[in-house]
Amino acid sequence: MELTTVWFALIAILWIGYFTLEGFDFGVGMLLPVLAKDEKERRVMYNAVGPTWDGNEVWVLVAGGATFAAFPEWYATLFSGFYLPLLLILVALIVRNLAFEYRHKGDTDSWRARWDRALILGSWLPAVLWGVAFANIVAGVPIDATKEFTGNLFTLLNPLGLLGGLVTATLFATHGAFFIALKTDGDIRHRARALGTRLGLLAAVLAVVFMVWIQVRTGDLSSAVAFVVAALALVGALIANQAGREGWAFIGTFVTIALAVGGLFLALFPDVMPSTTDTAFSLTTTNAAATAYTLKVMTWVAVAFTPIVLMYQGWTYWVFRKRITTAHIPDHIAHTGHTGHAAVTEHVES
Amino acid sequence: MDVLEIARWQFGIITVYHFLFVPLTIGLSALLAILETMWLRTRKEEYLRLTKFFGKLFLINFALGLVTGIVQEFQFGMNWSDYSRFVGDVFGAPLAIEGLLAFFLESTFLGLWVFGWDKLPRALHAACMWLVHLGTLASAYFILAANSWMQHPVGYFYNEANGRAEMIDFWAVMFNKVQLVTFPHVIMAAYMTAGAFMAGVAAYLYVSKRHEHDRPLYRTAIRIGAVAALIGGLGVAVSGDFQGKVMTEVQPMKMAAAEGLYETTSTAPFSVLTWGKLDGSEATPIIEVHGLLSFLGTGSFNGEVEGINPLREKYKEQYGQDPGATYYHAGDYSPVIPVAYWSFRFMMGLGMVVAGGAAALLWMTRKGRRNPIMGWVGWMGISLPVFAVGANSFGWIFTEMGRQPWAVYGLMTTQNAVSPGVSVFEAATSLIVLTLLYAVLAVIELGLLAKFIKIGAAPYEETPEVPVGGNDDDRPMAFAY
Ligand code: HDD
Ligand code: HEM
Ligand code: HEM
Repeated sequence: MELTTVWFALIAILWIGYFTLEGFDFGVGMLLPVLAKDEKERRVMYNAVGPTWDGNEVWVLVAGGATFAAFPEWYATLFSGFYLPLLLILVALIVRNLAFEYRHKGDTDSWRARWDRALILGSWLPAVLWGVAFANIVAGVPIDATKEFTGNLFTLLNPLGLLGGLVTATLFATHGAFFIALKTDGDIRHRARALGTRLGLLAAVLAVVFMVWIQVRTGDLSSAVAFVVAALALVGALIANQAGREGWAFIGTFVTIALAVGGLFLALFPDVMPSTTDTAFSLTTTNAAATAYTLKVMTWVAVAFTPIVLMYQGWTYWVFRKRITTAHIPDHIAHTGHTGHAAVTEHVES
Repeated sequence: MDVLEIARWQFGIITVYHFLFVPLTIGLSALLAILETMWLRTRKEEYLRLTKFFGKLFLINFALGLVTGIVQEFQFGMNWSDYSRFVGDVFGAPLAIEGLLAFFLESTFLGLWVFGWDKLPRALHAACMWLVHLGTLASAYFILAANSWMQHPVGYFYNEANGRAEMIDFWAVMFNKVQLVTFPHVIMAAYMTAGAFMAGVAAYLYVSKRHEHDRPLYRTAIRIGAVAALIGGLGVAVSGDFQGKVMTEVQPMKMAAAEGLYETTSTAPFSVLTWGKLDGSEATPIIEVHGLLSFLGTGSFNGEVEGINPLREKYKEQYGQDPGATYYHAGDYSPVIPVAYWSFRFMMGLGMVVAGGAAALLWMTRKGRRNPIMGWVGWMGISLPVFAVGANSFGWIFTEMGRQPWAVYGLMTTQNAVSPGVSVFEAATSLIVLTLLYAVLAVIELGLLAKFIKIGAAPYEETPEVPVGGNDDDRPMAFAY
């Protein structure tokens, strides 16, 4: 296989890693206001993804870096072209990450409520916008002979793009609901299960329409297979959820997201950013790629280190495998990394 | 303002801001790993209390380093797309490798460290912080390799056909001689900064009435921090000396600008303080050390240092008329001289103040000294980290602005690096949104730091001993969001 094809596949895998992992912590953030009924339950939701959300997010950083290195022209056209949506995503990720880190560091309800809003908005925005972006990448955007994107923000907000946004948002929300059902116990677990079914049905309808649309537009046999399996996995997830098999339900949405994203990349190949202005201007895996030497160096690094990364990330999930319940949440916010020192805080503030 | 100017402002603001947090992350992760290891070795309560106290401050700082880093990664493509097209082949590789090797390591093991107090055996828990530190070092190494390549491109081939720089030797890029002097300098600066932070915070708490009962604890922290700051100070001085020599060789214009040296001179003087304009018309040195600049640049007191004017002529011959000459008020092929001149001095000056302050703190807390150190030490405590962080910023401003008008030295000017397809509206939106957001975040971050510093270290509490297989009981988590 050509190294350019290998790197196209690796970048697809990085995005799959990003959407399957950060997908559920986006979902957890999106569902915060509906699933949690009180402060303790909100904290259960935060802590369910507490140790791992940062590691999940690194997937997008590596995907971006790998695109820069392996397909510099793709990186340049995409990021300068989709400027304002990307800026929105950046702002959303910033406030969202800080919600995780700073919410528990304040003492007032209004402080916490403000960070909750940051988390909710910061999860919804990227969940929608990534879908809009990917739908447009695959369907094609106006690109001129100098490889510059010539559209604007509204070029991207076409029906297919907007549908793509709804698909990712509902899929991530479902994925998040199943994750909460799997990782928690008590009332919230049951609520997550019930909500997961309803969200999953909505996601299934939207996703099927979207995948058929993409398939008709640019798909081939391989993408068709991926899309069909993705749809079946979603059905399987819903059935498993009904049967109370939370692990299987979560694996189901995991596979759905992985194969839906994989199908998009298969439909895209061998283009990386097709031009709607003239197909001769399309960026492809060959005309956007770095040199063979760079790709070779990068391949060695990826082969040597990716398994190690997967091993220790997997181990983290193992260490924090236990279900979290309201009983695990200390009464006082852990200012100190200890329990029960809120007295110290009060002393200072009085 | 045009897109170029906006993009430059954004890069400067965003990157300097990122680098306010980065040195603390690099340095504090090392100090935390050391403290936790000392606790494991000695079982003295104070080490664990300090680990937890500074760990909290570390996390507040880390959060902002992280979120501002995300912007960094995307900004090359957004604002500097022609640059990205031109250098992606060489420059993208270290960036991607940084993500794979460093960011995963940092974020995963930091998560384990934060939430793992009651989930991991103690030694493994301490090892997590060592791995976080290793991650920060790797991060710094790869990103600085990328930056060093911009300062001094090596290991590449300029392809006329597609107008791109193509990598031909990865190891040359990784072991660029600029990189080999820059990396130790930046790391030492990070240790200095974190040491100053630890000593400063502890000095503040030491003199505070409310924490009188904990003076022995803070004395320990002052001394550990001060030692780190002194080691770092020595390190930056030695490595900075090497950097000066490499810089004189590969970027003579930057060194000439750093001194406002217009004509080629041997026994070139280093002026500590100068009065007057630095545009060449008048410059009246007030304090001047003869031969010092020659020494910094060449290693000999009567070495020859090239001046700005002859260098300009040389570059004009080599590269043709500077296309940016009208744009850069400073003139052909030279950076803005006063900025280079003063940022160089502020970097060194502030650094020396920090080292001096650290030495003073060590002296005041020496063994056998009875009476408590005085109230003004608290003020010094607050100012030391501020000075150290300032020295870092000035160092970068010097390095990056001294490189102008080049984005990649000798290969691509900054003017040609900017995204051609981005509109003024888009660029300005981004600059305004990010700057305002960052300003708000700065207020929040400073507020949180102040709050938790005032609270001080929490009383000692037993950490649970965890069996190797982890544990499964139902008590509340030791740390929870
Ligand atoms: C605490 C921070 C700090 C302190 C006290 C110093 N530096 Fe520094 N310096 C930096 C932090 C820094 C930095 C921010 O980390 C830079 C920016 C780029 C780099 O490589 O390091 C830098 C750059 C930098 C450069 C520019 C390299 C280039 O552009 O190629 C030189 C020549 C020096 N330093 C030399 C010195 C000397 C001789 C010092 C004192 C004796 C000194 N620095 C103290
Ligand atoms: C690997 C790390 C870095 C890379 C690749 C890098 C690259 C660049 C680029 C592309 C520009 C825009 C062109 C220009 O206007 O000069 C720039 C400018 C600048 N950078 Fe860096 N930079 C790096 C690190 C830093 C750091 C850590 C700082 C400071 C904390 C910094 C400070 C600046 C400043 C102040 C400018 C504006 C200079 C000017 O516009 O005149 N840089 N750098
Ligand atoms: C302009 C180029 C730069 C880019 C693109 C960049 C990118 C990033 C990114 C994406 C992160 C977040 C990582 C995470 O999620 O864990 C980050 C954090 C970090 N960066 Fe930068 N960075 C730049 C400049 C620098 C420089 C010059 C250094 C070191 C000398 C540095 C050192 C670090 C470190 C140690 C961290 C982790 C600690 C923290 O988050 O505070 N960065 N950077």
